[in-house]
Amino acid sequence: MNVLGIETSCDETGVAIYGEHGLLAHALYSQAALHAEYGGVVPELASRDHVRKLLPLIRQVLDEANLAAHAIDGVAYTAGPGLAGALLVGAALGRSLAWGWQVPAVAVHHMEGHLLAPLLERPAPEFPFVALLVSGGHTQLVQVDGVGRYRLLGQSLDDAAGEAFDKTAKLLGLGYPGGPALARLAERGNPGRFRFPRPMTDRPGLDFSFSGLKTFALNTLQQAGNDPASLADIARAFEDAVVDTLVIKCRRALEQTACPRLVVAGGVSANQRLRSRLQEMAAKRRARVFFPRLEFCTDNGAMIAFAGHRRLCAGQHEPLAFEARPRWDLTDLPPLN
Amino acid sequence: MKLLALDTSTEACSAALLIDGEIRSLYRVEARAHSRLILDFCARLLAQAELDLSRLDALAFGRGPGAFTGLRIGAAVTQGLALAGGLGVAPVSSLAAIAQGMYQAHATPRVLSAIDARMGEVYWGQFRLDEHDLMRAETTERVCAPDQVPLPGPGEFAAAGTGWQSHGEVLLQRLGRPPTRLDPQRYVHAEHIARLGAYELAQGSLVPPEQALPVYLRNQVAQKSHT
Repeated sequence: MNVLGIETSCDETGVAIYGEHGLLAHALYSQAALHAEYGGVVPELASRDHVRKLLPLIRQVLDEANLAAHAIDGVAYTAGPGLAGALLVGAALGRSLAWGWQVPAVAVHHMEGHLLAPLLERPAPEFPFVALLVSGGHTQLVQVDGVGRYRLLGQSLDDAAGEAFDKTAKLLGLGYPGGPALARLAERGNPGRFRFPRPMTDRPGLDFSFSGLKTFALNTLQQAGNDPASLADIARAFEDAVVDTLVIKCRRALEQTACPRLVVAGGVSANQRLRSRLQEMAAKRRARVFFPRLEFCTDNGAMIAFAGHRRLCAGQHEPLAFEARPRWDLTDLPPLN
Repeated sequence: MKLLALDTSTEACSAALLIDGEIRSLYRVEARAHSRLILDFCARLLAQAELDLSRLDALAFGRGPGAFTGLRIGAAVTQGLALAGGLGVAPVSSLAAIAQGMYQAHATPRVLSAIDARMGEVYWGQFRLDEHDLMRAETTERVCAPDQVPLPGPGEFAAAGTGWQSHGEVLLQRLGRPPTRLDPQRYVHAEHIARLGAYELAQGSLVPPEQALPVYLRNQVAQKSHT
């Protein structure tokens, strides 16, 4: 079964085709440069861009996969969570295309896409595993016993980790989205000069809180001044605090579930320091860590095509009515047998 | 000639199937129901006529102006159907469709269409009947405050659209004389999108699926940051 996957939940337009033998083609258009001028994602502009870019990307992946339209057996689109207007573009085009092609369509949960993205790699993790979903919109630890079998272990009570990265980057004058720029600046920072707190690690549990870190960064900036060395040192101290906190909670989650496999996905999973620190932690515990390839850490169509493929193959499909689900709990998804 | 038209640009949701001059349509006014209804409407009309998408000659859709989310639903659904069916598309003005509807209901040859654009503005268009019994724009469509709409010049006119409901008094004051007929509750109906789209099809002026795009008129929707 060849499945066309469509992702339009935020500021990336992603399209891919996944078939029996793996990923056949994928394409992405990022709106980051558009939103950078506004200091953050403008939902109306995001929606306007999706409706211009989506169909040309669909043509492009069909061409790249060298497939005629009738070789597509199903369409998967992100229905949520995300920006309502942006989601509706993908849902409307995806659902109508499927109907026109007379093939089934399935609405995919964006975070399920991220969570299953490491299964596109070889070797792929086997179920069960613990997943850390860490992006600009989410920070969650989830126990995964199978597709649709999710138990929330912990999540951020305020800012997502990626959001904290972006907001702190803005404080440091790194523009938007500044997370990756902050990580590059941190490379030049002295790790010992400042020490930021590791929020909520002094008590049991798997929840997170990152909003205090940007305040801490602001206070440190005001005291230390904004000379280049101080900016780099603050970036390093901030990154170390976020990475440490995530590693501590992942270790706890592996202990608590007695699971030897950790899957890490979402935009922040591209962070190299986080990757290497998680590898070290897992090696000590004789556990394995699985990451998506870098280009599938951030939003993409491949993960939606893959998750949709699993669900369509299990017989799940949607009626002609389509909808956006801006808020949608991962744990509300139906399990696959 | 076989043409399927759809519209989700205003509070109404509708689809119409035009086959050799005969029109069948489905129409409903229901808040936030466009995404639930529109494909079902299209499917029912085609099933009734025992047609499938690829047997059509063209699609037409209400390209705006109107509510942004509705415009994108209409455009994206049209793009999907057009790509799947290998069809060209006629994008039709929602203001023209309101004028066309007014003409077909009341035989008014000149119509000032206004859609409530929120934020104290209206989407505005001025239309006159042509030799094909179709409403043609006399001026460029625009979004503006109701006391800034362009004056239509001499002669009678009818008035239609939700802009007349929200800003009727200011518009009348601006124009200085009443319309011969007023229908402030008139929404876009796909039947009139179909009539206007059929002309585009006959003229050979269809666009490919990726150019089935909304016309918002209001394009200043965000403030650039100064950082």
